[in-house]
Amino acid sequence: MSAPDFIVHDDTDTVGVIVKEGITAGAALSGWVMADDSRIALEAGDDIPLGHKVALGVIAEGDTIIKYGHDIGKAVAAIAKGGHAHTQNIKTKRW
Amino acid sequence: MASKTYNGYRRENGRVGVRNHVIILPLDDLSNAACEKVANNIDGCLALPHHYGRLQFGADLDLHFRTLIGTGSNPNVAAVIVIGIEPGWTGRVVYGIAKTGKPVEGFAIEGNGEINCVASASRTAKEFAQWASELQREPCDLNELWISTKCGESDTTSGLGSCPTVGNFIDKFDDLGATTCFGETSELTGAEAVCATRAATPEVGEKFMRTWQAYMDEVIEPHKTSDLSDSQPTKGNIAGGLTTIEEKAFGNLAKIGKKTRFIDVLEPAEAPGKGPGLYFMDTSSAAAECVTLQAAAGFVVHLFPTGQGNIIGNPIEPVIKLTANPKTVREMGEHVDLDVSDILRGEMNLDQAGDALIDITMRTCNGRLTAAEALKHREYVMTKLYRSA
Repeated sequence: MSAPDFIVHDDTDTVGVIVKEGITAGAALSGWVMADDSRIALEAGDDIPLGHKVALGVIAEGDTIIKYGHDIGKAVAAIAKGGHAHTQNIKTKRW
Repeated sequence: MASKTYNGYRRENGRVGVRNHVIILPLDDLSNAACEKVANNIDGCLALPHHYGRLQFGADLDLHFRTLIGTGSNPNVAAVIVIGIEPGWTGRVVYGIAKTGKPVEGFAIEGNGEINCVASASRTAKEFAQWASELQREPCDLNELWISTKCGESDTTSGLGSCPTVGNFIDKFDDLGATTCFGETSELTGAEAVCATRAATPEVGEKFMRTWQAYMDEVIEPHKTSDLSDSQPTKGNIAGGLTTIEEKAFGNLAKIGKKTRFIDVLEPAEAPGKGPGLYFMDTSSAAAECVTLQAAAGFVVHLFPTGQGNIIGNPIEPVIKLTANPKTVREMGEHVDLDVSDILRGEMNLDQAGDALIDITMRTCNGRLTAAEALKHREYVMTKLYRSA
């Protein structure tokens, strides 16, 4: 398979991880879902660095963020589909 | 799978080491200078300076002794010189290490002065170093290896690649009857309930949850002044794309593989007592503190997945670094023993990555210097439970 632009751990995840450097807003992204070996397509809404997360769909403020098939925190601001999902819009539910 | 045997050092108590250090071990902060002088005098000796050992008491003092005695008792250590400011506690460390049957001798500074103490200790260190230099490696079995793991400067590539590579290794070595260990109590926060389901019995799972809760109640909650978002995740974690402690925890937990179950929960620096299998140790998530405790519990080789490039080493336990982050491989290659970034390109699966990790681990056990060893990274950091009296 061609090298993915982003990888998704679980098929229930709402975010994926960018695994290439230099992804810019507007780029057509190809994603690999590890759990079921499927591919998904997405347009980057922001410049997203290597290792940072991309929203797989529209995420509303207050939504739980799912990665590894588990709750990893909550959205504290809305995130557009293809948007950069990180500390500016996601916070822990713990401390 | 790669080679199934390696050549190690069989010690007096039957344990197998992969290094042959003669260490000069200070009881306390005051004795660091004497230890460094002895190590400068005699070739083949390694001083292990640290910051503590005075006026500690209770559980904190017990942990200090357990760490020192465990370090000296580790099978990667051939012989030990202990130097302390006074003979009482010095003798207690010597007595503890002597139970392994290896050569150990203590020297006190009070009543002698540092110069006379260094002279006496140097004479014995010379004998130990020459004796150790004639010890030979011999073929040893994989199930005699005690292997620890802890990750650092993690990022999202840790959870995608390097941590599950260690998990693949742990699953394979658990089948072979090895003894393995993971820790990082606070850094499992968010994944603690899932971690508890990986215990071998409900009782061990409950013991894990009590240990995790105690860390929250006794360490985190009473002392935190913020929501810890600057400490857990660290600045490096955040730069690498990790957003929350929960996200970091699930990546961390990938190190114990998909099927291996942990058979007991250890106190910091406590040696495993239930035979082969995976153990959880109650540790801080700071790299040097955690690896120092694991080495003191008797683990002889360490698997360290990193994302952004933690550069930690340990004086007696070789630390093997692996990363799946191609930028870290490019920018910090001298710290990386194994590059598994092909996982991110879909060009390597976890089974292949796990086998590559077994290969570099066997080479390390046979004597290959890790990146951290070649770069002289010898972080020896005591865990201190509270202020001294």
